[in-house]
Amino acid sequence: MNLAVFKLLLDGTVITLRMFALTIIFSIPLGLLVSVLRMSRLWIFNLPARLYILVLRGTPLMLQIMFIFYAPGLIQGFPFSWQGDRMMAANVALILNYAAYLAEIFRGGIQAIPQGQREAGKVLGLSGTETFFIVVMPQVVKHVIPPMGNEIINLVKDTSLVQVIGIAELMNTAKVQASGNVSIMPYLVAGGIYLGITVILSAVLSFTEKKLDYYR
Amino acid sequence: METILSVKNLKKSFGSLEVLKDISFDLARGEIISVLGPSGGGKSTLLRCLTQLETIDDGLVAVDGDVLFGDGKYADKANLSRITLKIGLVFQNFNLFPHLSVMENITVAPIRVKKMPKVQAQELARNLLERVGLSEKADYYPCQLSGGQQQRVAIARALALDPEVLFFDEPTSALDPELTGEVLKVIRGLADRRMTMIIVTHEMGFARGVSDRIIFMENGVIVEEGPPEQLFTAPKNPRTRDFLSRVD
Repeated sequence: MNLAVFKLLLDGTVITLRMFALTIIFSIPLGLLVSVLRMSRLWIFNLPARLYILVLRGTPLMLQIMFIFYAPGLIQGFPFSWQGDRMMAANVALILNYAAYLAEIFRGGIQAIPQGQREAGKVLGLSGTETFFIVVMPQVVKHVIPPMGNEIINLVKDTSLVQVIGIAELMNTAKVQASGNVSIMPYLVAGGIYLGITVILSAVLSFTEKKLDYYR
Repeated sequence: METILSVKNLKKSFGSLEVLKDISFDLARGEIISVLGPSGGGKSTLLRCLTQLETIDDGLVAVDGDVLFGDGKYADKANLSRITLKIGLVFQNFNLFPHLSVMENITVAPIRVKKMPKVQAQELARNLLERVGLSEKADYYPCQLSGGQQQRVAIARALALDPEVLFFDEPTSALDPELTGEVLKVIRGLADRRMTMIIVTHEMGFARGVSDRIIFMENGVIVEEGPPEQLFTAPKNPRTRDFLSRVD
């Protein structure tokens, strides 16, 4: 495998990592919002959140990516167009999809905090918001790190699905180079790069878990 | 004596279950009341209603001259917050914040709610820790302490807001027998300083020794109340007599 091919794979890696980072950054706040709506006692909030989670978890991510990219062009009179910005469409699809999974993880984390913690906050005169951010949230972080780690590592590999709308991320580049050069090497290198990213993320995750080990 | 807490015809139901049927009593400043009675009699619910953890259905509750609940509605938000700070509650399960150190557990409310400068709050916390005999534990986390120590920290945390009244909801029920003594000793210390308290407990000997008055509750009503000696030696009500004979 020559250097030019390797260089192309690295370019693909940059695109993959950028999608990964953007998805993490935006799906966490969106997921938190959805989980809070989902836990609302008012159906006007929790019903849309339930529906959102059901649809986004109940259909293939690949379909969602294609739908989000192609729908504006294929639906007559749709008031919005991607203007050919495939990356933007791919990012939006990944963010929406991951927010649904994260919402359920956050809900589990928030509900795992005993009611007594909130009651203690209230009796001490803390407001609901103060109790949420000072008492509940820091404990939720500890609870959700392991399941979130799963999703984060899945995401690294799920970014490869955006090749269906023709984005030259790592997997797509490997596929094109493998067939173009009749070589297995691009697949092996791409696999090595995915594995490397996962190893680094796993290390960061277990470091974070250890950092939060100071209390039970 | 000055009345600090006044409860009249307090009612509370969970669905169709009437937990507090018609509770009336006054608490004077400096007075210590113990509430005794079988489980499910409404003792904890009473404390939870007075600390706004449960909503009151009906009746009148006034704290230090401010109406908390009356004419079927609660006071406005500003009044509620003020009343919150006048009543401290120590839970059966301590409910310390596990992710915060002992010091932070005690100082978080004074800093956030009373806007006390951090240094002053820490000074206050150190004094309180000394009072509950845990001076050297300031930097520990709750999980590093025994149940008895955790409950003493919880008492210090409640005292940090300088409440007018302190409630205890079965403060030793979650503790091993050998750890109850250290907690009861701290409460006795508060009694010596004439801290106004309502103590829900199953520790009969302790209640008898520390209280000015005993309230015996069962099935959501106050069956009998009176000075401890009278209630323990010559209970008037057959239900009280029956209960005391079974636990002693």
